[in-house]
Amino acid sequence: MLEVSGLHKKYGDLVAVHEVSFRAEAGETVGLLGPNGAGKTTTVAMIAGLLPPDRGEVRIEGRAVRGDTDPLKRKLGLVPQDLALHPELSALANLALFGALYGMAGASLKREMGAALELVGLADRAKDRVGTFSGGMMRRLNLASALMHDPQILLLDEPTVGVDPQSRNAIFTNLEELKRRGKTLVYTTHYMEEAERLCDRIIIIDHGKVIANDRLEGVRRLVPGVNLIEIEIENPGANGWYDGLREVAGIETVEMEGPKLRVGMSDLNRTAPEVLDWIRAHGYRYTHLATQRADLETVFLTLTGRSVRNA
Amino acid sequence: MSMTAYQALVRRDLQLFFRDRRAVLMCFAAPILIGSFFGYLFGGSGVTDTAKIPVAVIDEDGSAISRRLAKGMAEDKTLELRTVTAAEARTQIQSGKLTVAAIIPKGFGDLSGKALFRGSDKPQILFLYDPSHSAELAMVRGMFTQHVMESVTAEAFGNNSTVLDDSLRDATQAKGMNPDDQKSLVGMLTSLQQWSGRAKASGGLGSAGLTMPYSVKEEAVTGKKGGQYNAYGHSFAGMGVQFILMMGMEAGLVLLLQRQGGIWRRMRAAPLSRATIVAARVSSATIDAVVILLVIFGFAWLVFGVKVEGSMPGFLLIAVAIGRPVARIPSGRWLQSTARTASTRTPARTGISEAPIWPASFGSAGRS
Repeated sequence: MLEVSGLHKKYGDLVAVHEVSFRAEAGETVGLLGPNGAGKTTTVAMIAGLLPPDRGEVRIEGRAVRGDTDPLKRKLGLVPQDLALHPELSALANLALFGALYGMAGASLKREMGAALELVGLADRAKDRVGTFSGGMMRRLNLASALMHDPQILLLDEPTVGVDPQSRNAIFTNLEELKRRGKTLVYTTHYMEEAERLCDRIIIIDHGKVIANDRLEGVRRLVPGVNLIEIEIENPGANGWYDGLREVAGIETVEMEGPKLRVGMSDLNRTAPEVLDWIRAHGYRYTHLATQRADLETVFLTLTGRSVRNA
Repeated sequence: MSMTAYQALVRRDLQLFFRDRRAVLMCFAAPILIGSFFGYLFGGSGVTDTAKIPVAVIDEDGSAISRRLAKGMAEDKTLELRTVTAAEARTQIQSGKLTVAAIIPKGFGDLSGKALFRGSDKPQILFLYDPSHSAELAMVRGMFTQHVMESVTAEAFGNNSTVLDDSLRDATQAKGMNPDDQKSLVGMLTSLQQWSGRAKASGGLGSAGLTMPYSVKEEAVTGKKGGQYNAYGHSFAGMGVQFILMMGMEAGLVLLLQRQGGIWRRMRAAPLSRATIVAARVSSATIDAVVILLVIFGFAWLVFGVKVEGSMPGFLLIAVAIGRPVARIPSGRWLQSTARTASTRTPARTGISEAPIWPASFGSAGRS
C-alpha cells in the first residue's frame, strides 16, 4: 500500500532524516516513534508531499508520487501536528473547505461531512464555531478534516498532543474504527503507551535514523530480559544470597529491590520454573509472584541509552 | 486548476475577512472617518475660493500712500486683513491666529516717494510672521511689493503730488554726480513731469500710477474640464488605497497564523497546484480591495458628492493593481515555505520588496 524507500533530508549540515525505509499495508497501523526532533514530522512531511526529499521516494500502490497535483495524493490524508482549522468558521464550513481541496462538492461533500462528524462524535456541534470547541474536540475535528476525501492512507502527526485522557481515548476509538475499515495508519508519537495500544508495527527513529523496525513483539525482543518475574521473598538471606541464580540457564538479569527479587528472562516457559525450583531448593519461600513485560519505554532506553521523554 | 478548490479557497478568504470585525472596521469605517476629517481640513466640497491668509497691516504713518497701500491689501482676495495694533499683532501671531503683520512706519509716505527715484533714505517696513508659515511670508511680501509700487507711483503721479517736483529739483542740484547721468535723470524726470501734467489735465493714467503689466485669470484643473474641485475626492482616494494596503497586511498576518496552525500543510498535502493556491489568494484579495474601494467611494459619493470623473474601469483597475501585489505577499511566502523551516522565514522581506509597486497606483483615483 505505502512504501517508503531511502528517504533522506538534510538542512545544511544537519541530517534530519537518514535513509528511512518502511512499508505499511492496508489495515495496518505503523507507529513512528521517537523523541522530539527525531525526524518523525519531517518524514511525514515528505510522505505527504510537503517537503521534497533529497533522496528516496514514496510509492503508493506501487506508483511513485510525482508533483503537487499527482492524483495519488488523494489516497493520502494528513492530520498535522498543529490544529489545521479555522476557529472563526463552523465545523461544517471547515470540513467543506477541506473536502473542496480534493474536488468534493454537492451531495458527496455533504455525505462525507456528516459521516466524518459522526465518526468523531461532533455531529451535534456541526454548526458551531470551532473557536468555541474544547481542545479535545478540535483535535477530533482535525482528524475528521483529513477524512473528508476518504483516503486509504492516513498520516497522523502526533494527533493527541495536549489532549485530555478522555478525548485521547475518543481519538483512539476513532482510529481503531478506521483500522477496522481497512485504512492504513502511519502514526507518529513520542507516547510509547499510545504506540503499544494502536500499532501493529513499530519504527523507532532517533537522530533521523531508524534504529528498530519490527512488529511489537519483535521490537520487545530487542531488549534482554524482555519478561520479568517479580518474586516477593519471605526469608531473604544475607547480601548476595541470590548470586547463584545467575548460573541458571536462560536468566539474563537478577536484582533485589526491597523484599522483591526481579529476574529477567527471554523464555518465560522454560526459565520461570527453574527459577522457582532454585529458590525452593535453597530454602527460601516466596509469598507473591508477578510477571511483567518490557515496555517500549524500556526498549527505547535500551536501544538509545536515553529515556524517550528526556531525549 | 481545480475550480472547486479555487472557489472554496476564495470563499474561505472572504468569509474570514468579513467575519473579522476588527478588519472590517479598519478597512471600511476608519478610512471613511479619516477621509472625511482630512477632506474637511483640505477645504471640503464645492470650494471655489482659495483659502485666505490672515494678515494685519499696521499703519503708523497715516499718509495718503500708506492708506492707499492698506486699502489695496484689504481688497486682495487672497488676504484676510485685520485691523490691530503692533502689540496685538505680536500676540495674535504667537497664538497662531495671525500669519503675517506688516508695520508701516511713520514717514513712509514721504520717504518712499523720494526713494522711488533717488534710491536713498528708504523707509523700512517691519514684517512680523509665524515661523511655521514662512511660505506665506514670501507670498505676503510679494503682494505687499505690488501694492507699494502701485500706491507710491499713483501718489507720485497723482494730483497735487510734489514728489516729481522735489525729485527734479534734487536731481538738478545734485553735487558730485556724473554730468551725463545727471543730464539723463533730469531729462527723464522732466519728461515724466510733462507727461504727468498732461495726464492730470485729462484725468487719465496719472492718477493710477504704475499698474501690473498683465491681468490674471485662474482656472482649477480637475479630472473633468470645468469640474469643481472636491477635497474629499483626494482624501478618500488616499485613505482608500492606504486601507487596502492595510487589509493586505492583515490578510498576510492571518495567513501566517494559519500556516503556523498547520492549515498550509493541509493545503499543500492536497493535490493542488501552487498556481491554484496563488490564484485563489490573488482573487480574494482583489475582491476585498474592490469592495473596500466601492464602499469608501460610495460613501464619499453619497455624502460629499465625490465623483469619479475619469475612467471607471481605470478606477477599478487600481483596486486590482493594489490587490495583486498584496495578495502575492502570503502566496510568495507559501512557496518559500516548502523549502524552509519556520525559523529561517523572513516575513518582511517579500512585502518590502513589493512595496514600491504600491505607490504607483496611489492618488490616481478619486479626483473629481
